[in-house]
Amino acid sequence: MLKILSRMIHTGLLTEPQATSVENPTVDALQHELWRTLGRALCLRHVDAGSCNGCELEINALNNPYYNLEGKGIKFVASPRHADLLLVTGPVSVNMEEALRRTYDAVPEPKLVVALGDCGACGGVFGRSYASRGAIANVIPVDHTIAGCPPAPAAILAGILQAISR
Amino acid sequence: MNFDLVESPLQPLHSNVACRFASLSVVQWQRAMEALRAVDAAFLSLWGSDDRDRDGCFSIQAAFLLSDEAVVLQHKIADVAAPTYPSIAQLYPAAARMERAVYDLLGIASVTDDPQPDQHEQDQRGWLRHGGWPEAVYPLRRDVDGAQEYPVDSEPYAFVPVEGNGVHEIAVGPVHAGTIEPGHFRFSVVGERVLRLEERLGYTHKGVAKRFESLSQSEAHRLAARISGDSAVAFSWAYCAALEAVTATAVPARATSLRALALEHERMANHLSDLGALGNDAGFAFGLTHFSRLKEDLLRANVEAFAARYLLDYVVPGGIAVDLSDAARSLLAAQYLTLEREVASLRAIYDEHGGLQDRFRDSGRVTPDLAAQLGVIGLVGRASGVERDLRVDHPWSPYDMLSTQLVTENSGDVAARVEVRFDEIFESLRLCQTLIEELPDGPIRGAVPVAEANRFAVGLIEAWRGPVMIALETGADGAIRRCHAHDPSWQNWPALEYAIIDNIVPDFPLINKSFNLSYSGQDG
Repeated sequence: MLKILSRMIHTGLLTEPQATSVENPTVDALQHELWRTLGRALCLRHVDAGSCNGCELEINALNNPYYNLEGKGIKFVASPRHADLLLVTGPVSVNMEEALRRTYDAVPEPKLVVALGDCGACGGVFGRSYASRGAIANVIPVDHTIAGCPPAPAAILAGILQAISR
Repeated sequence: MNFDLVESPLQPLHSNVACRFASLSVVQWQRAMEALRAVDAAFLSLWGSDDRDRDGCFSIQAAFLLSDEAVVLQHKIADVAAPTYPSIAQLYPAAARMERAVYDLLGIASVTDDPQPDQHEQDQRGWLRHGGWPEAVYPLRRDVDGAQEYPVDSEPYAFVPVEGNGVHEIAVGPVHAGTIEPGHFRFSVVGERVLRLEERLGYTHKGVAKRFESLSQSEAHRLAARISGDSAVAFSWAYCAALEAVTATAVPARATSLRALALEHERMANHLSDLGALGNDAGFAFGLTHFSRLKEDLLRANVEAFAARYLLDYVVPGGIAVDLSDAARSLLAAQYLTLEREVASLRAIYDEHGGLQDRFRDSGRVTPDLAAQLGVIGLVGRASGVERDLRVDHPWSPYDMLSTQLVTENSGDVAARVEVRFDEIFESLRLCQTLIEELPDGPIRGAVPVAEANRFAVGLIEAWRGPVMIALETGADGAIRRCHAHDPSWQNWPALEYAIIDNIVPDFPLINKSFNLSYSGQDG
């Protein structure tokens, strides 16, 4: 226990304050914008519609102590029924098409959809084929896209901010 | 270990490791499979090809790892109206799903010609085809247009039912509750105890093999890197190794060393991430916080060293994309020392934490006997006494100069998979330190000539999860005729079904995370 406490004290707080702008938002800027538009915390639900798992690595990074997304009340929820915003990755594989539609239908209105990564935005290297429908927008309505392969956590934050402030 | 075939001698095959090839008749194929089992060869991959335009046949290939070489065996199937080959799943259980995938993509069926009364029938259920394209369409055949799209006509899947007093099913997925890839798990449970788990995968099948055939040799490394994003360096290197072997490209020594540095960074980043997540899944959020912090530090060092957090476009044909600056080199040297110290201190905390060890020990056990029987490989295999690591057994350049230490455990539980990850991080750190200390000067990219048509090569790289393979067949004018990618998750997913038996449902996330297998890599 002493070792754990000592490690905590020596590490300190790592969450990063940064300059605030729409192009380079911080979690604080995001929280402020959320509070202004929603008046409460934002609940995200992630759906992997066929991703290579690269984007998932960067989504997970949002919860590390440097970005500390959840610490600001922006949280990933376990059910689409609890979500305000659907964060979708991947080209949509045909095997995930139905699951994606059903997940989208399960999110209560009003809802936002953000397509994350080059594949979600335009189909990426996989494109359209017998097995892939390409961009997320080919299957469900998309409000905003975030380019990158994979997009860095800061770009994901910026994209979420842009999506909610529309 | 000496392996040879009397009737059909093995010929050398282009590869980054010692590798041989033979084309066999149906009888020779069956005999060779038994002979390989007898010498404890590790079954790696099974894939088919449509060669009707070239020699009027379909073909089936199987790759194996022996102690001193890799072997690829092929059987040509002349009956193109109803192509079949002898199943190898009785000898190599991991092949069962691959046989189903070969059928879904090419319509080549595996058969057992001498069925025993107690033997199971061949599993006819689709593995990659979930009704997204018609049953009579085999997308990997050369006369099928891969760009043609079909409406989804999803079919019910016959999970194996478990009957008995109080047995019920829990269906999970394909959309999971966290940030995880999609797949379906069907648990048959009594109370909390799991009697049986059946996996259904294939949800992220994106038609990678067909897509390869529309790319040129000089751009396909980008697709290879995206077969499983967490193994991007390994897959892109395996692709480049195959292409470079077939074109006799000289890769500069500096590029080779930096590829290895990138591969070890990929290994450490994934291990750090898993160690944090494993702590978290056992109720120890402190672990997640600290390991995810260390991972982020490593990713930020990647930006300095390789100009990207994740190295999806770092390994390119002929070399690497970005040179390592001297400033980044000294930054890395300092970072390795910090990382070593931090991981050692966190390991002491994990080791001494009673609650954590209570969850880790005895959970999700795969005994060495079971692992050998199922053909488990890679990290999960090494935690169950399977002493295989391409970096050790088949060291390609620059690993031939590094004497990588093999890390194994024998208990085969979550705790063993945690220990292997810790030990492999320290070994990777040692390799990285050596690599940057002895980094050769010189260019970072060699010229890659266009490969001649109809050449065959194999690239084998030990990714953090286990061995990944790219089997590349060249087409005319720099095109790709066929490219088969293999992720070790194929072998290890079936083992997870065994690991969970008799454990409780709430331990599944922990056990699953300790395997941390790729869905995308398996689904292709």
